[in-house]
Amino acid sequence: MNFNRRQALALSAAAVAFAATGLRARTALAGTEETEKRILDFAGKAPESGKITLTAPEIAENGNTVPVSVKVDSAMSDDDRVVSVMIVADGNPNPEVATFHFTALSGAAAATTRIRLAQTQNVIAVAKMADGSVFMDKKEVKVTIGGCGG
Amino acid sequence: MISRREFLMATAALSAIAGPSLVGNWARAAAQQSLTESDLLDFQSFGNVTLVHVTDIHAQLVPIYFREPSVNLGIGAVAGLPPHVTGADLLKLYNIEPGSAHAYALTSVDFDALAKTYGRMGGFDRIATIVKRIRAERGDNMLLLDGGDTWQGSYTSLQTKGQDMVDAMNVLQPDAMTGHWEFTYGTDRVKELVESLPFSFLGGNIFDTEWDEPAFDAYKMFDRGGVKVAVIGQAFPYTPIANPRWMFPEWSFGIREEEVAKNVEAARAEGADLVVLLSHNGFDVDRALASRVKGIDVILSGHTHDALPEPLLVDKTLLVASGSHGKFVARLDLDVQGGELKGFRHRLIPVFSDVITPDADMAKLVSDLRAPYEAELKRELATTESLLYRRGNFNGTFDDMICQALLEVREADIALSPGFRWGTSVLPGQKITVEDVHSACAMTYPAVYRSSMSGQTIKDILEDVADNLFNKDPYYQQGGDMVRVGGMGYTINPDGAMGSRISDMTLLKTGESIDASRDYVVAGWASVNEGTEGPAIWDVVEEYLTQNPVVRLEENRSVKVVS
Repeated sequence: MNFNRRQALALSAAAVAFAATGLRARTALAGTEETEKRILDFAGKAPESGKITLTAPEIAENGNTVPVSVKVDSAMSDDDRVVSVMIVADGNPNPEVATFHFTALSGAAAATTRIRLAQTQNVIAVAKMADGSVFMDKKEVKVTIGGCGG
Repeated sequence: MISRREFLMATAALSAIAGPSLVGNWARAAAQQSLTESDLLDFQSFGNVTLVHVTDIHAQLVPIYFREPSVNLGIGAVAGLPPHVTGADLLKLYNIEPGSAHAYALTSVDFDALAKTYGRMGGFDRIATIVKRIRAERGDNMLLLDGGDTWQGSYTSLQTKGQDMVDAMNVLQPDAMTGHWEFTYGTDRVKELVESLPFSFLGGNIFDTEWDEPAFDAYKMFDRGGVKVAVIGQAFPYTPIANPRWMFPEWSFGIREEEVAKNVEAARAEGADLVVLLSHNGFDVDRALASRVKGIDVILSGHTHDALPEPLLVDKTLLVASGSHGKFVARLDLDVQGGELKGFRHRLIPVFSDVITPDADMAKLVSDLRAPYEAELKRELATTESLLYRRGNFNGTFDDMICQALLEVREADIALSPGFRWGTSVLPGQKITVEDVHSACAMTYPAVYRSSMSGQTIKDILEDVADNLFNKDPYYQQGGDMVRVGGMGYTINPDGAMGSRISDMTLLKTGESIDASRDYVVAGWASVNEGTEGPAIWDVVEEYLTQNPVVRLEENRSVKVVS
């Protein structure tokens, strides 16, 4: 089998080597400072760790739709319950992803959604409790080119 | 590098809770210069359950040469710990006589000379002899578990879309398997083959992308010698990232540590006395998982192709890594009493093809499976004067040759070749056959692209791959090795942070620094993108070998490693 330069060029015209999507977002990114401000606005004070669990993949299979779940340890009674949970992503142009509101009738404080991540960044979930306490969990999600492992 | 003493202290602690093991026997066997089949296979049965582990066979049905890596860096907390101990350090750590059969099997030291003495390793007919013998000794108390990467990696497996491997494995009667490269045959073919299996294909971390529901059975319970054994399957977590997601868009993977924990709990609740994780995570991921998820007795670890002569203990979990390409079969005898692992005896059996008698039935099957392709398999393309091998974090001579083919045949400035860990070795003086080339290239997305990339894009690719390999957190590591680069040199600091490991990129043909804003012609293969066009890599390599019938490779000095 022989390839001359012309065939080679024709064959590879449509070839793209590695996906570049999502690697470098050119737009201004929220950054940690902006994200911390949003968290403080939501929580009213610096959140503690514990009670809330954020589940997300370590490396996104597809940065356009990354599954994330939050669960908060709570009795969900009238006085001991989760009021709301906010999810932020500190590397997106706008860090706010979603806020979930709960009542005692919710039964359990758990939610699942899919989010878009422009690049490798921290996803943060903050829970606000009825007694005013706030809790946080954080996970780095990598958005990668992929393709060379094995 | 930990000393032998520290290492023994760690295993002594294990023996205290687990009773007698075969630690040390490896060294005694190694001192014997003439090996016999009974040296390799005589084993005083122990306890009430035997696990037999094979993994990462990469479709090698017949005996092969396979040089282990000389460079296999560990990052962060695992620097210098097994399996990141190679060559003379490994011989010292495990007390193995240099130049012995075991030194040949486990390291790259004097590989070409020792290969001539000790010959090829592996082969399904030899593996069948070992499995049959253990089964005869242990009867119903044995489980044969396959860690995956079984169906891909050879000419015949590609031609039959994995059927040859399924047929051969079925004769060995495995009890369960999990997977990785299996998925690159695409959803339909995987489903077809999995449905045909007389045993379970397990993957507790595989979910359907639409509803996020389990797509495969997570675990299976077995009754062996009065012991209830739960085997949980863990497929390669980064299959849709390291391999083309578009080939199996219905499935999502991931480490999913919380699912592993849930399945361990469910298996215990179902009465499991022994919990085994049949894993394709890679060794460092499994080591981290063992320290974070409680209740796993044994992890049979695959993916990173490490051959560990002794199990490693992490808390109360035994980690067993059984090599690749059919070079080894691991036997692990366990004493399980009252739902607790009380002791073990382990041997990593090296499959010396000149020592172990081939099983006649399997030999016939393998020969029948290969018969339709025999002429093509044996077709000679060139002669090599250098040892061709792949393993190593940064380069291997087989990939140097592939990169040279990419540069010359596709008229490129720079070549990129994936850092796969599969592929066999060819000794100096041997002919390079179609089979050899396919053992390094056979896969379902072989197109060689030729495209224009900026210096910045090339750096981004190198940084990205380096972070997947050298991330300090094992959960972010994908395994494999650094992408091989032809036509360009660079410096790498594996301990650096994402984006700052790579420097001094130089175009070798001019000696000039790579300009971030300039475009370069890059040829490469195994792109994960759908619609990649170009000739198959094996055709490009064949074209190159036709023009270069004698292969001689100088030592590759184009990658500088600094810390």
